[in-house]
Amino acid sequence: MQELRNQKHRISLILNGRARVGHAESRMLLSDFIRHELGATGTHVGCEHGVCGACTIQIDGVATRSCLCLAMQADGREVLTVEGLASEEGAMNTLQKAFQKHHALQCGFCTAGILMSCMDFLGRVSAPTEEEVRDMLSGHLCRCTGYTPIVQAVLDAAEQLKNENTETSDA
Amino acid sequence: MKPPLFEYRRVQSIAQATEWLHEQGDEARILAGGQSLVILLNMRLAQPGVLLDISGCAELDYVREQDGFVRVGASTTQARLQAWSGLDARLPLLAEAIPFISHYQIRNRGTVAGSIAHADPSAELALCLATLDGQVVLRSRKATRVLQAGDFQQGLLTTAKRSDELITEVRFPVAQPGCGYAFDEFSLRRGDFAIVACAAQASEDGIRIGVGGVADKPVVARWPRMGDDALRQHLNDLAWQLQAQDDQHATAAYRRQLVRQLGLKVIQAAQRRGNTQKD
Repeated sequence: MQELRNQKHRISLILNGRARVGHAESRMLLSDFIRHELGATGTHVGCEHGVCGACTIQIDGVATRSCLCLAMQADGREVLTVEGLASEEGAMNTLQKAFQKHHALQCGFCTAGILMSCMDFLGRVSAPTEEEVRDMLSGHLCRCTGYTPIVQAVLDAAEQLKNENTETSDA
Repeated sequence: MKPPLFEYRRVQSIAQATEWLHEQGDEARILAGGQSLVILLNMRLAQPGVLLDISGCAELDYVREQDGFVRVGASTTQARLQAWSGLDARLPLLAEAIPFISHYQIRNRGTVAGSIAHADPSAELALCLATLDGQVVLRSRKATRVLQAGDFQQGLLTTAKRSDELITEVRFPVAQPGCGYAFDEFSLRRGDFAIVACAAQASEDGIRIGVGGVADKPVVARWPRMGDDALRQHLNDLAWQLQAQDDQHATAAYRRQLVRQLGLKVIQAAQRRGNTQKD
């Protein structure tokens, strides 16, 4: 029985578009697996009980807390973290640029998680109201910015993404 | 804070889950969305020997309407129920309550049945199930039990589920014509645990008012239709019956006042909506 609990399992998943393999005990959290086993430390770990939002990533395109998910549960899934947002050459995406423009981060600890939530949110809600953005951001704690610049950045990014999409479809 | 050692098994079917539950007994815990259980594991408040993960079990992932109930399978996420096209018309109480459940990042993974199994006294879904007099379906290797919410919910993190049983489904009664529904809660910050949550159902026949966050489980009172003065008196009596306690979030007196205020607000809203439907 003890052996089964200590045993390390092979976990293979797609991390930011690349197939990756690592090993983990059953109890290993996905947040720790990504950081320590796969070396992708862009995802931050704060409270480890789902409140602060720093560890938010996407599993199969859906924003979720990586501290409330076991590494085993991500086996065979597509995981997207903050490292997957910029282009291969390092050019920031529309949302990241909006965060830079609006000074929507200071220390940056919460930012990786917020970006991953926002990407999922903006994919579902193309023209969000400020109220909707604030409701979505309620799942993230930021102690630097007072949230206002973050709200502005998200609304700005939503506007730009809408225009980009319109241009694509008109072309 | 990291979880203790445990064995992990991925559940493929109901039959497999009930077989493993029979074999493991108290050692086993069901893992669904993990939005309550993994917190307990991280804090080491739960130390199961074996986790049976039903999150990928397709047999348990559904929302369907049948025989006057909306039936929600045990691995169905709260986000999926929230996105269900029939929600506004068939379960208006839940349509209003679900946005209060934690944050959308949590609802994306947290399950409907998991929240009800966890039995936190301030949980919105457990309160809705109790107020609507819904049901919980429990399967063991050899038998199936269907319990009314009031029989299933027993207290703080305590339910009538036996260690060899799996919750396969929760059933919410479909909204009745001429009935109005309303939900509201008060918490310190958006998405926090409710200090007090209230759910109401009102029709010509009477009122049902459910209160969460005060007693050790959702408490539902059933009253005949009455005027506002009588309603205030009934709500005051109910507020005292709940035996509110002082804690770091609120005093007992503050909770009683919230029951009086929010209770009146949701009952009046439910009555208005019931009347509108009739006209």
